[in-house]
Amino acid sequence: MIERIYATAVTEIHIARRNRWVLIAVVLMVVFSLVLSAVGSAPVGGLGADRLSVTVASLTSLSVYLVPLVALLMSFDAVAGEVERGTLPLLLTYPVGRGEVLLGKLLAHSTILIIALVAGYGAAALIAVATDPAAVAGFGALWRLTWTSVLLGATFLGIGYALSALARRASGAAGLAIGVWLGLVVLYDLALLAAVVADDGGIFTTQVFPTALLANPADAFRIFNLTASQATAAASGVGAAAGALPLWQTLLSLCLWPLAALGLATLAFRRAEP
Amino acid sequence: MTPTLDIANLTKTFDGVKALSDVSLSVSRGERVALLGHNGAGKSTLMKIILGLIPADAGRIDVCGSAPGGPAARAKVAYLPENATFHSALTGLEQIAFYMRLRGESPKGAMALLERVGLAHAARRRIGTYSKGMRQRVGLAQALIGHPSLLVLDEPTSGLDPVSRRDFYELLDGLAAEGAAILLSSHALTEVEARTDRLLILSGGQMVAEGTLNALRRKAALPVAIQVSAINGYDVDLLRAFPDAIKLGNTVRLTCTQDDKLDTLAQVAALRDKVADIDVIPPSLEEIYAHFSRRSGQ
Repeated sequence: MIERIYATAVTEIHIARRNRWVLIAVVLMVVFSLVLSAVGSAPVGGLGADRLSVTVASLTSLSVYLVPLVALLMSFDAVAGEVERGTLPLLLTYPVGRGEVLLGKLLAHSTILIIALVAGYGAAALIAVATDPAAVAGFGALWRLTWTSVLLGATFLGIGYALSALARRASGAAGLAIGVWLGLVVLYDLALLAAVVADDGGIFTTQVFPTALLANPADAFRIFNLTASQATAAASGVGAAAGALPLWQTLLSLCLWPLAALGLATLAFRRAEP
Repeated sequence: MTPTLDIANLTKTFDGVKALSDVSLSVSRGERVALLGHNGAGKSTLMKIILGLIPADAGRIDVCGSAPGGPAARAKVAYLPENATFHSALTGLEQIAFYMRLRGESPKGAMALLERVGLAHAARRRIGTYSKGMRQRVGLAQALIGHPSLLVLDEPTSGLDPVSRRDFYELLDGLAAEGAAILLSSHALTEVEARTDRLLILSGGQMVAEGTLNALRRKAALPVAIQVSAINGYDVDLLRAFPDAIKLGNTVRLTCTQDDKLDTLAQVAALRDKVADIDVIPPSLEEIYAHFSRRSGQ
């Protein structure tokens, strides 16, 4: 089983390297991280925090958008592409399980994501440490941001595979992926904020709102990182409103989501008839 | 000994349309069986069911002693899809190495396998740059991985040039000699005629004929043509002796049933001093195939 997952991962990495996905992911993360660390250097004195911790807070807000986007871009083609190219029937006659195929793809795409994250966050950290020696105090926050970003990425990779298996056409899967990204990362928060404002401190704000935040992997990621580094002061919007959520709950949501997404993807893939 | 592939009373319906009805067949060790049929006759559906890619509605299928599509069956069955396609970004070597790993074989043998199908020179080039015939050979190479017990080949020679076709059938002969059972579909009737042990003719989802070419020829009982060249000027005598004959250029063409063949030849031989040459033309595979396919209303 390990051998077959590994074989699939090696092949996927070859494909991603040739299709420039590795390069695109790394360049995206590095450029945005550098831009943010340059822009985010202004308010350091006012907050009394070290420079890296502030950078991490900015990177958290960036990653909420960028990591799911990169993950969905890499994964939307995973099943639909094989169906369209006509390579799926042959693959499924091999003694390899559909779950193993997805795990292999997940392993490859996660590796690429990790490379991109390390390059991007690493570049930002280098700049922070170079300009502010006290910034080493923020390494804990940076490490937390890195592994939670991987979990967030794995979640959206799984969601991408599920959409890819459901759509069966790459163009359809791409559309669905963009829709899910907009929905979960952008519109979800706007809708929640609108509801909170309309509710004005009622049952929605006290009962439904926290659960709704935990149910969205992107929100769980943001709140976990901001609460853990006590950086809610540097955040705004939904992040600032969620200081009340205990750390373990957001952590649990972050850890359960990748499993749920992969389970969903496996179910969808099993249903697909080649 | 139980056959490698054994199918009984197989039925498959797509949205109320019968794709296969009551199909039975078997392929034994070392046997090369050709599956013939029009487009839409049910060949690909039958193959997909054997491979376990789609389920059958009714009937019994036994692939190498187990159910189709299960891990045991998949480990022993190789498949070559019609118009084999692969990811264009991979090289031939990477693609074959991947398939070898999936079958638990060492990828070190990938180059040797590509050499066997004549692709060693292009092994490190992307499949995206390959011609159709080269892709088909990658498909063939992957079907050879790990000594499969059953090979299911969907139009394996489409896109191959005549020399490659001959090489391909030589490979198949070798595999069959080692004990592999081979089921292949084809539209190229003449090559199938020379290179397989038995024919199955599928028409409208039904198995309309099965057997060796000679058995099918007898069963179809199509007329035999005898072409006689007369010595200069004697063709009039020949036409008088055989009133049903037709004059075609310099020759005279007679037709008779299989059973009358020897009698007719004896009659022609009786005119020995007027005949220059004689050719017996048995019904072609195309004619036999058309006979069985037409009979079922296709």
